[in-house]
Amino acid sequence: MPSMHALANPARFLRFSARVLPWCAGLTAVLLVVGLYLALVQTPPDYQQKETVRIMFVHVPSAWWSMAGYGLLAVLGASLLVWRHPLAALMARAAAPVGAGYAFVCLATGSLWGRPMWGTWWVWDARLTSMLLLFFLFLGHIALSRAFDEPERGDKAAAILGLVGALNLPIIKFSVDWWNTLHQPASVVKLGGPAIHPTILVPLLVMAAAMLMLFVTLVLLRTETEIGRRRLEAAAMAGG
Amino acid sequence: MSGFLALVGRDLRLAWRRPGDAALVLAFFLLAASLFPLGVGPEAQLLARIGPGVLWVAALFAGMLSLDRLFADDFADGSLELLALGAAPLELVALAKCVAHWLTTGLPLAILSPALALLFNLDGPSAAVLTLALALGTPSLSLLGGLGAALTLGARRGGALLALLVLPLMVPVLIFGVGAVEALAAGEGVATHMALLGAFLLVALATTPWAMAAALRQALE
Repeated sequence: MPSMHALANPARFLRFSARVLPWCAGLTAVLLVVGLYLALVQTPPDYQQKETVRIMFVHVPSAWWSMAGYGLLAVLGASLLVWRHPLAALMARAAAPVGAGYAFVCLATGSLWGRPMWGTWWVWDARLTSMLLLFFLFLGHIALSRAFDEPERGDKAAAILGLVGALNLPIIKFSVDWWNTLHQPASVVKLGGPAIHPTILVPLLVMAAAMLMLFVTLVLLRTETEIGRRRLEAAAMAGG
Repeated sequence: MSGFLALVGRDLRLAWRRPGDAALVLAFFLLAASLFPLGVGPEAQLLARIGPGVLWVAALFAGMLSLDRLFADDFADGSLELLALGAAPLELVALAKCVAHWLTTGLPLAILSPALALLFNLDGPSAAVLTLALALGTPSLSLLGGLGAALTLGARRGGALLALLVLPLMVPVLIFGVGAVEALAAGEGVATHMALLGAFLLVALATTPWAMAAALRQALE
């Protein structure tokens, strides 16, 4: 595994990515098949929520990885600003829409789940609201990085925004929690072990791994595309 | 420090010579807030219930109006480049611009808010808390807005983009600001909310000038 600084070189990254990408894609497929089988067939329906509990197996992982995705944007932003890694900018460009997509999936599945559970499509519950704000933060990052005629300027502006957003995100989360709490309290990560039964926890973790690998695969693939696009633009400029 | 004050004074003089700009912001605030009773109906109870939230949101939007010009005028005529070359660090320049922005927008909005509180049937103590909360919260809005203005300097479609960037970041100020008035109505103390507004302002003061200066340097490259 090459170090982060070695991978800042786009040519080296492309070689690394070409080797890793098939494995990531394959692992994603296997984990998705296993995870979906466990989640949709193997797991018994919940005694209260019936079949709708299965939405959780997509809803919860997409929430986790969209939050981690914003963290990734902040790390990439810092490495662009501190070490001027050319690749960090391209990867942030590639990762932001994927993170926004995950946040959207989380919101959409939350809404579909809310309809039978709460009897309404949308509840201004603390966690749904934080996720909506996270979705807006992703949209702002995407819009800012594409708002300039020179792409480098957009990359750096978006890097600063990503850092400030990551700093502000816990404050936003705290304020929204303060504002309203109606959702059930967190039940997977908590002191004294998980409060959910292994028949549900195992499929959830497999689905979480599958969606993580999907995230990694998409980001690697989109980064390759971004490198290709920059090279085409550079070639077009050089060729006049 | 003298450079800082000179910069604030310069921006205030510029604003004073074009009083229409600041007046426009206040007029927007007044208009936006008075459209709500037309939209939701004139029941005094309902208006008193939603008043603090409506006034805060209207203040948020009104503050947005003048933001896109915060650095753009100086950027266009080259004076921003001179300021960046000058003795004062760019962080201080950015902070001075935000202070001037607050003095010409946030502070007048806070001063005007008791009059609007009357329109929404808020009682005296609520109006006083609302005014204090606006006075303590709007500096944070100017700082975050200044960051947005610095980031979008030279961007296409600056105005709408600026709102998309900055409004989600301003959510805590909105929540604590409205919460202060609601805590008073619920019979709790307002000190917690005010302390949180103050804490947010301190964090914004400690972080945004650096981010603004970094963004301005990129724009000037």
